[in-house]
Amino acid sequence: MSTPITKITPNQPVFFDNDPQEELITLNIGPTHPATHGVFQNVVQIDGERIVSGVSTIGYIHRAFEKIAEHRAFYQITPLTDRLNYCSSPINNMGWHMTVEKLLNIEIPKRVQYMRVIVMELARIADHIICNGILGVDTGAFSGFLYLMQEREFIYEIYEEICGARLTTNIGRIGGFERDFNDIAFAKINEFVNRFPAVLDEFEELFVRNRIFIERTSGVAAVTPEQALEYSWSGPILRATGVDYDVRISDPYCSYEEFDFEVPVGTTGDVYDRFMVRNDEMRQSMRIIRQALDKIDKEPKNIFHADVPEFYLPPKEQVYNNMEALIYHFKIVMGEWETPKSEVYHAVEGANGELGFYLINDGGRTPYRLHFRRPSFVNYQMFASMSAGMLLSDAIINMSSLNVIAGELDA
Amino acid sequence: MDKLTNDRIFGRLQQQFGDQVQFIGEPYGLMTIAASKEVIIDLLFFLKLDEELRFNFLTDITAAHYPTQEHPFDVVYHVHNMVQRIRLRIKVSIGGEIPTIPTATVVWKGANWMERETYDFYGIHFEGHPDLRRILNMDDLDVFPMRKEYPLEDPNRVDKKDFYFGR
Repeated sequence: MSTPITKITPNQPVFFDNDPQEELITLNIGPTHPATHGVFQNVVQIDGERIVSGVSTIGYIHRAFEKIAEHRAFYQITPLTDRLNYCSSPINNMGWHMTVEKLLNIEIPKRVQYMRVIVMELARIADHIICNGILGVDTGAFSGFLYLMQEREFIYEIYEEICGARLTTNIGRIGGFERDFNDIAFAKINEFVNRFPAVLDEFEELFVRNRIFIERTSGVAAVTPEQALEYSWSGPILRATGVDYDVRISDPYCSYEEFDFEVPVGTTGDVYDRFMVRNDEMRQSMRIIRQALDKIDKEPKNIFHADVPEFYLPPKEQVYNNMEALIYHFKIVMGEWETPKSEVYHAVEGANGELGFYLINDGGRTPYRLHFRRPSFVNYQMFASMSAGMLLSDAIINMSSLNVIAGELDA
Repeated sequence: MDKLTNDRIFGRLQQQFGDQVQFIGEPYGLMTIAASKEVIIDLLFFLKLDEELRFNFLTDITAAHYPTQEHPFDVVYHVHNMVQRIRLRIKVSIGGEIPTIPTATVVWKGANWMERETYDFYGIHFEGHPDLRRILNMDDLDVFPMRKEYPLEDPNRVDKKDFYFGR
């Protein structure tokens, strides 16, 4: 390296007579970089446009959910799970309800299970819409994103009909739902089922054979199945490498074993495959929703929760007029019920992979220990090492396709 | 290929490791075993590489704190056999001034951040870990916040005293 320039005259351009390519530049991407869609910091060393090495720093929105959960009754933990993967909160909510139900050995009526399946699959579609839409934005195609946002908005309207909230839904209760789906909700679900496939096809057509998209994504960040399993990947990004692991199949919960659907897998594990896997998963989700609607029709009407008065809050009018209900109400709110001393691990297929709840219960009103196995956290750890040798712009695309949600990453 | 049962798995492990592994229970069908920290890495390697057991997937590593026990920390591993769809939970009880356990990053690279998270919250040192730093909390935090003695809210806070609220 030549001697550094010592004298710089103001208003004069500075010339270095050494080769600028020779030096590595340290670049901070984030914590709030617009291209990373969330609070992620990566300090990378770049050689021109190529990344030489990188270090991920996470934890910027850590909110100590596991600690808070040790001080809250079971039913108060649902809102915490909302804020993990906030693009598909209902899956987290349902996962938590099912964990507690597994602990308490509560049997859930079939109709409620099918309702849950509908809500979870809607959430999966909403989450994949975000991921694939954003992937389009990052490769330079804004229109597909906006086109799909309309459908995501419609899913949020369905949530509104079911639980009144849109993003952080707090949907359902331990034992079932707080109320039955109303007619508008069913009508909207039916409308969505009928109109979304065409929209999805049109969206896919924008990308599948689009040369810009293919060149930006095909072969980028390809991961072998061995690497993916070594890093404990799960979800669509694992399936894109060709491993057909899906918790809905391998550990069926919520009657998923009764549904007829396929697990789409990719071959190369690159960004393009992840995009295609997510698109196909949306189609499979539509299939599941259709089947669930048919199954609900065959079940007795007006059942929307299990008969567990010890854990399911009675309706308010009964609380005011009925002694039993009042007692149950207070016992539930104060957390007076006996719960088994045991441990349970329950996993659901979240939109990003295996979302696990590891609950150690000592019989008290709060969990003794609750650990969230968060797919984004586990999936993201490979990002820095796999970025080495990649173009900076490819690394950004790679990050979009991993669909790392900051809330889930940092818990 | 015969379906693996929990009995069969435990039999294989006991044959290999003898008293170093012990059966704890089968809560909700998920077999839980205790292992000593001397054999844990060998055990994980055995589970991963054995032709019959093939627990190829590391689901999770975490810990729990039991302040009254002689060995106050349980490090909990969840491993998964994807082919036969069996999960297994392994617990290692450790104690001491600085609780230490060998790192599982030699078995699965994905253990890296899971162990960093466990270190961050419980102060468990994973010997041989390539990059044992805090991960979610700030670097200059000097406590391990998930330990039971650490309160949820800072007891030294002065803005939440009762007299500010007329109580």
